[in-house]
Amino acid sequence: MSDTIVSLPDQSTARIPKDNFLTRENGLLSWLLTGDHKRIAILYLISITFFFFIGGALAGLIRLELLTPQADLMATDTYNKVFTMHGVIMIFLFLVPSVPATLGNFFIPMMIGAKDLALPRINLLSWYLYVIGGILVVYTMVSGGVDTGWTFTTPLSTHYVNTNVLSTGLAVFIAGFSSILTGLNFIVTIHKMRAPGMTWFRLPLFVWAHYAASILMVLGTPVLAIAIVLVALERTIGIGVFDPAKGGDPLLFQHLFWFYSHPAVYIMILPGMGVISEVISTFSRKRIFGYTAVAFSSVAIAVFGFFVWAHHMFIMGISNYAVLVFSLLTMLVAVPSAIKIFNWTFTLYKGSITFETPLLYAFGFMGLFTIGGMTGVFLGTSGTDIHLTETYFIVAHFHFVMVGGMLMAFLAGIHFWWPKMTGRMYPEKISQLAAVVTFIGFNFTFFPQFILGVLGMPRRYAAYPPEFQVLNVFSTAGATILGVGYLLPVLYLTWSLKYGAIAGNNPWQATGLEWQTQSPPLTENFTEIPVMDHEAYDYEWLERQQQAERNRDGQNPDRQKVKEVASAG
Amino acid sequence: MSGQNGHAHTIVGPGVYVAILFALLAGTALTVWASFIDLGFWNPIIALAIATTKAVLVVLFFMHVKYSTKLTKLTIFSGIFMFLVLISMTLADYISRAWGSW
Amino acid sequence: MPDSSAIAHDAPEAGGIPHGEHPPYLRHHFASVEQQADTANFAMWLFLLTEVMFFGGLFTAYLIYRNWYYPAFVAGSHQLNVYWGTLNTLVLICSSFTMAMGVWCAQTRRRSGLVLCLILTFILGLGFLGIKTIEYSEKIEKHHVPGFHYSLQSFLDPDSDAAAKAAGDRPLPLDMARHTEVYFSLYFLMTGMHALHMIIGIGILGFMILRARAGAYTAGHTTFVLNFGLYWHFVDIIWIYLFALLYLISRHGA
Repeated sequence: MSDTIVSLPDQSTARIPKDNFLTRENGLLSWLLTGDHKRIAILYLISITFFFFIGGALAGLIRLELLTPQADLMATDTYNKVFTMHGVIMIFLFLVPSVPATLGNFFIPMMIGAKDLALPRINLLSWYLYVIGGILVVYTMVSGGVDTGWTFTTPLSTHYVNTNVLSTGLAVFIAGFSSILTGLNFIVTIHKMRAPGMTWFRLPLFVWAHYAASILMVLGTPVLAIAIVLVALERTIGIGVFDPAKGGDPLLFQHLFWFYSHPAVYIMILPGMGVISEVISTFSRKRIFGYTAVAFSSVAIAVFGFFVWAHHMFIMGISNYAVLVFSLLTMLVAVPSAIKIFNWTFTLYKGSITFETPLLYAFGFMGLFTIGGMTGVFLGTSGTDIHLTETYFIVAHFHFVMVGGMLMAFLAGIHFWWPKMTGRMYPEKISQLAAVVTFIGFNFTFFPQFILGVLGMPRRYAAYPPEFQVLNVFSTAGATILGVGYLLPVLYLTWSLKYGAIAGNNPWQATGLEWQTQSPPLTENFTEIPVMDHEAYDYEWLERQQQAERNRDGQNPDRQKVKEVASAG
Repeated sequence: MSGQNGHAHTIVGPGVYVAILFALLAGTALTVWASFIDLGFWNPIIALAIATTKAVLVVLFFMHVKYSTKLTKLTIFSGIFMFLVLISMTLADYISRAWGSW
Repeated sequence: MPDSSAIAHDAPEAGGIPHGEHPPYLRHHFASVEQQADTANFAMWLFLLTEVMFFGGLFTAYLIYRNWYYPAFVAGSHQLNVYWGTLNTLVLICSSFTMAMGVWCAQTRRRSGLVLCLILTFILGLGFLGIKTIEYSEKIEKHHVPGFHYSLQSFLDPDSDAAAKAAGDRPLPLDMARHTEVYFSLYFLMTGMHALHMIIGIGILGFMILRARAGAYTAGHTTFVLNFGLYWHFVDIIWIYLFALLYLISRHGA
């Protein structure tokens, strides 16, 4: 791994620019009342990392319990609360906001050549709503938890539990609003704030991905909101819409819940796919193969994603005809995702590839998301789903796509844009190690769960037949390794804030507009609004820019290049 | 007044608003009157058709969509489309349950 | 594409606004007043989309249960006073008219006209809520509120109930009578959610009246009035559908 495209300024003379968004204003209030999308992104980054580790600790408890076949570590009621909270926190407080609220907030305005998002105060409100949602979740945990599973299925959640359904529902409602406002902000920004010359087909694919995810956020989340309201009213005054004794149908809740929660998985993955597009292009020094197809596939995923929700309900009592229709439609939605994987692969082919950490995570994504996605096809096929649903196969499937996929993409993005956000490089060797450790830990944790699922181990059970123990022990061992893999970045990224190499404007020699400014960026992003006069991922344009700069600097010896990689055609 | 640029907020005059007002009031009278006549299964269809006509008038004229950009129209269309998807696909399950298993 | 070319034309020299065209309400990240107003308008429409989907869940529930329990829905609907409902519809339509007129006043810089229109809209909105209160009180008296000593009497024995008798209702079998509770759940849910949106709207109207008197909206910066108008009209449209679906089920008497 001696080839690298990293291009850093001379460390003996380079300095972090004195005026940047971190130093422009000081004091707590300048952060808590900020309108700067970059500061809000940092606020989000800190909060979601906090909740990620709470959710991770809960996962640790689950895996500890499952070391032995008996429910011996905690009471089964407690176990129910643990996995419910794990799901609620990881989905609503981590995965949904992860890339959009941190990297999306930070970089969408910069990528389109704008000074901020369209609605900065709404952006800040989004963060506060997220925090309130988070506080309510913490309240729920300390006041006894909730044990319905993150899916709140009725009539369990409405009639048969005494736990904190209401406070959790309120937390999710409020966090959902945070998500709606973020999506709304992105859509408006992308339509109305693009710089001169920035046509739709010159946008980075990261922006297209967020645009598609934002459509899902805006149109899908309100349906979850009404579902929660109905559960709350059913629990408190007994309105009867989900109660068979009064003529209601418990399945109606599931229709409304999954109408959001299926698009929610695309809300979670699309921004990650956007990150992967940027990383693959940069580290193979090539324009993304089939740019238009990848852009349209993002929108296609968003649209088709709305038509398939009842594949979560195949065994719940919907009609056979509905099963048929939804199963068929589910096959369709796999196609755009596959298009992306193919196009990323063709981008890598004959590219000038270097193996920095973001690309390692991207490779992890491509492999693990593909496996996860293909197992989704088994689940979308209603016949096999009848056997596999509510088993560990489902658990493995969604962890492959969400953790092997989305979380790896998030880490890829954090590493990729770390130099831009902080002005510092992270330490490459240890980060590559962390990526590999994560990959190994992940596979040990979750691959056995596919086998367990096929063998018939049900999900959400603290106790299981003894013949499943070996695979469960493997899984828990893997989880330990995985935990190390996630802890390392927190440590070395924090370290890099003080001791990392000065990154300069464009350490990766990437083509996006965000890389043509200082690191960290100015509060207003650009001293003058750029005019977009080239296509996306135009490495020849970048080469010309850099040549012009070299001519201007007159072969300035201060500029040190590690190894120049000829730009691919 | 900034009426020069392209789709800047067109000023719709009171005449249009008064005309729409009367149309809406008439529609209300019509729908109530129609509901008292036995038209079998047409009753709810007529009620919804009149309601939709009224809604369209409000959207086009009170909400200025007739004078708005393609983007606004596309936005509204996508919202209505998704609303219809929610209702029709959910209803499809409920209605087909009565058909039994194959 | 229209959007980027609009920005390209409107954004003068790189990033800056020429002197004299920088009103105090133009926020720093926008290149022009036009871009800012356009953005706010688009954002409002997107917000209304979320409201459409929010109510969508309730309409879905309504259509399902009306399909399943039609006789209960008929009986339930007959318990609503069609005169109050019609009056409320007329009130809201007029309030949409006065709101639209208010927008015209703001755009043509008629300060006192705008204030008058907003006040009329405010009063009509309160009128709507007043009528709703009368209707809800009647429901409470008759024990037709789900979850609060819900009474099946009117449906098991229609002759004992003035409204049911006037509509010529026949007694319902017990299980169908129980399902009227689902109808009333949806009635209160849908009209209640609608009323909540009305209350919020009236609150904002109050704030707007004060600002309008100070001339805030008649000096060229009409965005707030325009976008609030969109919200108000949307709430009106919801009611147009609620009226048709809840009040007018089989009024003709079989």
